Amino acid sequence: MRAWKGPILASRLIIEEVEAGYGAVRVLHGVSMTIDNGETVVLLGTNGNGKSTLIKCIMGMVRPGAGTVVLETDGVGTDLVGKTPQQVVDLGIALVPEGRRLFPALTVEENLMLGAYRPAARRHLDANLAFCYDAFPVLAERHRQLAGSMSGGEQQMLAIARALMSEPEILIVDEPSVGLAPILVSRMIAKIKELKERRSLTVLMAEQNFNQAIKIADRGYIIVHGEIAFRGLEPEALRENELVKRYYLGA
Amino acid sequence: MAAKAFWPVAIALILAAIGLTQLLANEYYFFAAYVVLQFVVLATAWNILGGYTGYVNFGSAAFFAVGAYCSVALIKAFDAPLPVLILAAGAVSGLIGLATGYLTLRLKGVYFAIATLALAIVLETFITNWDFVGGASGTFVLRPKEVWLFDSYIKFLFAVMMVLAVAAVGIARSIERSKLGRGLAAIRDDEVAAECMGVPTLRLKLLATTISGTLMGVAGAPYPYYVTYLDPLSAFNLSYAVNAIAMPMIGGTMTWLGPVVGALLLGTAQQVATVTISSELNLLIVGVMLVGFVILAPEGIVGLVRKTIRRGRRR
Repeated sequence: MRAWKGPILASRLIIEEVEAGYGAVRVLHGVSMTIDNGETVVLLGTNGNGKSTLIKCIMGMVRPGAGTVVLETDGVGTDLVGKTPQQVVDLGIALVPEGRRLFPALTVEENLMLGAYRPAARRHLDANLAFCYDAFPVLAERHRQLAGSMSGGEQQMLAIARALMSEPEILIVDEPSVGLAPILVSRMIAKIKELKERRSLTVLMAEQNFNQAIKIADRGYIIVHGEIAFRGLEPEALRENELVKRYYLGA
Repeated sequence: MAAKAFWPVAIALILAAIGLTQLLANEYYFFAAYVVLQFVVLATAWNILGGYTGYVNFGSAAFFAVGAYCSVALIKAFDAPLPVLILAAGAVSGLIGLATGYLTLRLKGVYFAIATLALAIVLETFITNWDFVGGASGTFVLRPKEVWLFDSYIKFLFAVMMVLAVAAVGIARSIERSKLGRGLAAIRDDEVAAECMGVPTLRLKLLATTISGTLMGVAGAPYPYYVTYLDPLSAFNLSYAVNAIAMPMIGGTMTWLGPVVGALLLGTAQQVATVTISSELNLLIVGVMLVGFVILAPEGIVGLVRKTIRRGRRR
């Protein structure tokens, strides 16, 4: 499925000492993370610890007060701070936003077309659409249905497919488990892994659901009160860590 | 309407309109139809920003009046011909649309609507104090004595407005089917999500305010010749703003056809009421119809018809 996608680019995302907040409220206090090419990195943390804010900093929707966010493509670094979301998407980073945020009054297919707003992705629009329908057959079945009228699980599939339509190198998924039944969460996580392999993606996933998230993670970070409390080099380290149990699982 | 039939039908309509001006002697019909067509342009223009993009503009009257006063200024200064008036009015109103967009598009929902209303008041004050175009007391505009092909100037203006209406609808229709239209729909549905998807939201919104403003100005350009006497109170009349909103709402805001249907229906009803009952009743008709349609057909006439067709197919 990669043949039409052009040369394979090696992308890394390097976040260093990022501080950010909203008005007088500081949310992130010197967060550093690295997402290497081809990895699935999970960012774990409960509500209100800064996961979404960090993602907004990457996407250019929140401007960090300090620190750097650098996208390295084949060794060439691009500073993402100060870029607009549109420019970030053009550089090959796609976001599946928290709570899905589909266009409810538009059809499934129109939602997918909007995912392909990135100029580079428009050249392969038909192939990408075929890929999405192949990966999520239910979307093909319902391509003329209004997105807002679908079930939560189907909407999450559409949100992921819409992000893939921009042909990203790096896929950022913000809380894919929100509002889904446990069985669907498990399927969604497996699907993200499958897509990652089929499209050779680099994935950053923010998640509260610890047990599900580490199933597909190569590495993980735990964020507590806007600081990285723990960086795990492998999933086992995350699972067995005392800090995880104390801060995160509340045990 | 089938996709390919649009332009042939549009051209046929223009030709039919010109044909009618040669056959029908009674000027009054053209006098009334001009107003209806003018509302087709206004409603279509409003819908590009209000219906497609989801930003409710309460200042349509301002853009219309700027178009009209632009014509007045050019007639007084250079005695410019009508095509020049239309182009210039479109350009000036378009620029004002762009500027308005730049200043106000950070505002959303009702705040944006208030800002556009304020714009109308600012511009009205400006025109009221500009003596060259007549100031508060208004000004007379003399129509050219003769015009090629038509035996009266009103008939000529009717034909011109027909062309403008077809052009405006054609522009709205092609926006709707383009990448731009999809981007605007995304902004209407969820602006943050649109931004996440890499839709250049600010640029698209500015395009929408500019195109919408341009078309409204174009609708106003021939107006001084139509009324022959123009004053700020009538040019900036709130009824333009109310009609420009009510017509797409009644017809349906999701497609190009909605504003056309709404303008034809509401505009004709107003014209008939003006003759048969009283000219003061216009806004009452608008209000009653708007209330009725919001309750009975929230997606407008076009939405209602589509729903009925879909239901019929299922049976």
